[in-house]
This record gives sequence, structure tokens and C-alpha cells, in this order.
Amino acid sequence: METVKELLVILVSSSLVSNVVLSRFLGLCPFLGVSKKIDTAAGMGSAIIFVITLSSGIAGVIYRFLLVPFHLEYLQTIVFILVIAALVQFVEMFLKKYMKGLYQALGVYLPLITTNCAVLGVALTNVQKEYGILAGMVNGFATALGFLAAIVILAGLREKMAYNDIPPAFRGMPHVLLTAGLMAIAFCGFSGLL
Amino acid sequence: MKENSALERLYNGILKENPTFVLMLGMCPTLAVTTSAVNGLGMGLTTAAVLALSNLLISLLRGLIPDKVRIPAFIVIIASFVTMAQLLLEAYLPELNEALGVYIPLIVVNCIILGRAEAYAYSHGPVSSLFDGIGMGLGFTLALTGIGAVRELLGTGECFGVRIMPSGYVPVGIFVLAPGAFFVLAALSALQNAVRNRGSASAGGARDKGCGGNCLHCPDIEVIDLNGEEQD
Repeated sequence: METVKELLVILVSSSLVSNVVLSRFLGLCPFLGVSKKIDTAAGMGSAIIFVITLSSGIAGVIYRFLLVPFHLEYLQTIVFILVIAALVQFVEMFLKKYMKGLYQALGVYLPLITTNCAVLGVALTNVQKEYGILAGMVNGFATALGFLAAIVILAGLREKMAYNDIPPAFRGMPHVLLTAGLMAIAFCGFSGLL
Repeated sequence: MKENSALERLYNGILKENPTFVLMLGMCPTLAVTTSAVNGLGMGLTTAAVLALSNLLISLLRGLIPDKVRIPAFIVIIASFVTMAQLLLEAYLPELNEALGVYIPLIVVNCIILGRAEAYAYSHGPVSSLFDGIGMGLGFTLALTGIGAVRELLGTGECFGVRIMPSGYVPVGIFVLAPGAFFVLAALSALQNAVRNRGSASAGGARDKGCGGNCLHCPDIEVIDLNGEEQD
């Protein structure tokens, strides 16, 4: 069983030190695509926290109690991607029926999340690092928290930069990528934490 | 060149609709594994093999797969090939497998592969689909190897592990770290913008392929962006 200390280390390392977008390059599409406004960025980030925490728990349970006992570990990629796709569908239907408010806030982002490689990435990392189910969920939550932090910061910077005079060739993606690069340098500073 | 012939497909994938530089698909592996030219080459060839085989199989099965469940069917076919590729790499190239790590299974969610299945293989014959996959895969491989070579050259002074720069060259270590990936890609897409601005009339047209064309400025994401605002 994991101690609280180990869980805290996972929390800090997954959210800050090896940030999911800025040092592991997972989930770049929403990071670059939905970061124009702070509101929408925060919405996307919260939807991702919700889905990743849930999916890493479920993927962990399936791996531990279905794949390992039957020696089917090699099927993990196929099983995880199907589980995630199905889960996102169910979450969407559930929210639509029972939690209207949350659905209004997160609904539009949910379908996009199926193809977000961060979700599958977390499930696979949990298996690779041999985390238990609880540690896996903490890892998922922390990874998503790091994503939320990164996307909200980038959105804030982009809102400020919208009125800047940027050379024509650097308009659009290049200046966003440069900003992300500078943020990645800043996040390198966290590596002293552990 | 004749439309949909093998040669035309190769040319299309490698130059005309290069998945990385023109369509801008599959950005995650492009940034993550290009710390050296060899890693880029390995990732590119693995993706190319999966892409060619999944295109072939999907094209062969296109009469059998019901239209409504085609996307899950594609994903299962792609995931099977990715699993095979991963097991083969583990057995025969353990070092490369170690270096690429979790990005090998993540080929499943690479939008180039699903994009080609949906946009090409599902509606064309097996031979041209196979060559479409090989062409796109080689285009991706070339782009990844190129970006990897630039980063390795600037970051370590080497290329494919061979010393290129004179001994007085001080390596700029940041290029093999995470931020360097963003900077190199920013420079490349700025270059592309500059070229496109110059001949803007002839550009365009190549953008309506795959999953909305473009992960980075994906039109779907823009639409959702707007919807989100309305609901707030």
C-alpha cells in the first residue's frame, strides 16, 4: 500500500516537475487549440481533470483484475483506448441526464477528449511505473492538474498578446509555440523540487 | 502522374501533403521523440509501418465494416497493429523501444493514421491505399528525422551520433530539452508562414484532409471555442 508521502511525491512530480504538456508533450492539440480565452481554457482543463481521474481509476481496475489474472497484459493498448472511448460516451450521457449544469460547462469539450493522447498516456504510464489503483488515480489527477495550470497560463498570456504587434510570419501558431517554449523553460525550474 | 497510382500516392505523401509540414498532423510525437535523428527515424518508420498495414487492411475490409461503427473498427485495427509493432520492437530493438517509451503505444491516437483511414483507405482500393500509407509514413519519417537532426546538431553538435560541428562548438543544450522542441517547431512553422505569405495565391486546398486537416489550428476546435463562449 502506498504511503501518503509517496502519493504527495507523485502529485508534485506529475503536475509540476514533468508537466504533461510542457515536458512530456501529451495533449498538445487542445493545449494549442483551446487556449485563446481563459474561460474556455479553464473549462477544457476541468473536463480533462474529470475524465483522466476517472479513466485512470477504471483502467487500473481493469488491468489489475482482468488483464493480469488472464495474462493478457499485451492487450493493454487496445483495451485502454476502447475503455476511454466508451467512458467518455457514458460520462457525456450521464452528465446530460443528471447533472445539467456540469454538462453545460464541460459538454462541448468531452468528445474532444477521446483523442487526447494525455488520457491514454496516463493509463499506460500507470502500468509502466507499476502504480497501484489509488496511486494511479492520484497520478491521473495530478497530470490533469498540471494540464489545467499550463493551459490557463498560456491562455492568459495569449489574451495579453492579442493586441501586440507581431511580425507577420510569426502570427498564429509560431508565436504560441514560442510562448509555450518559454513556459517550458520556466517549468524546468521545478525540477529542483524533488 | 496518374491519379491514385502508386507513384502519385508516394509523391503526395512525401511532398505535396506532407503530414507534418503541410497538414500539421501528429504533433505530439513530432515534438516528443525528436531529441535525436535516430529516435525520429525509429518513430517515423514504426508509424509508417503501422499506417501502411492499417491502410491496407481497412481498404480490404471496407465492404464488410458497417458505416456506423467504422471509427471503433478503425481504432481496433490500428491498435492491433500498434501492439504488434510494440512487441516486435521489444523483442528485436529493445534500445529504441526504451528510448521511445510510452510514445510507441500512443501511435494509436496519432491523428495521421485515423485521418488516412477515414479520408483515403475507406474509399479507395487496397493497392493505392497501401502506397498512400507508405507515402504518408515516409513523409512523416522524413519530417521527424529532419527535426531530430536539427535538434541533435544544435544540442550536441552531432548528427546520427557522428560528430559534425568543429571541436570549438559549444552545444546549445536546450535544443535537446523540452523547450527546444517548441522553439524548433516555432521556427519551422514561421518559415512555412513566410513562404505561404509570399505565394499565398497558390497555397491552400491541401487543408481539408484527415481529421479536419490540422491539429494546431483545427477548425473543429475553433467551432467548439465559439460554442463554449455562447454557453457562458
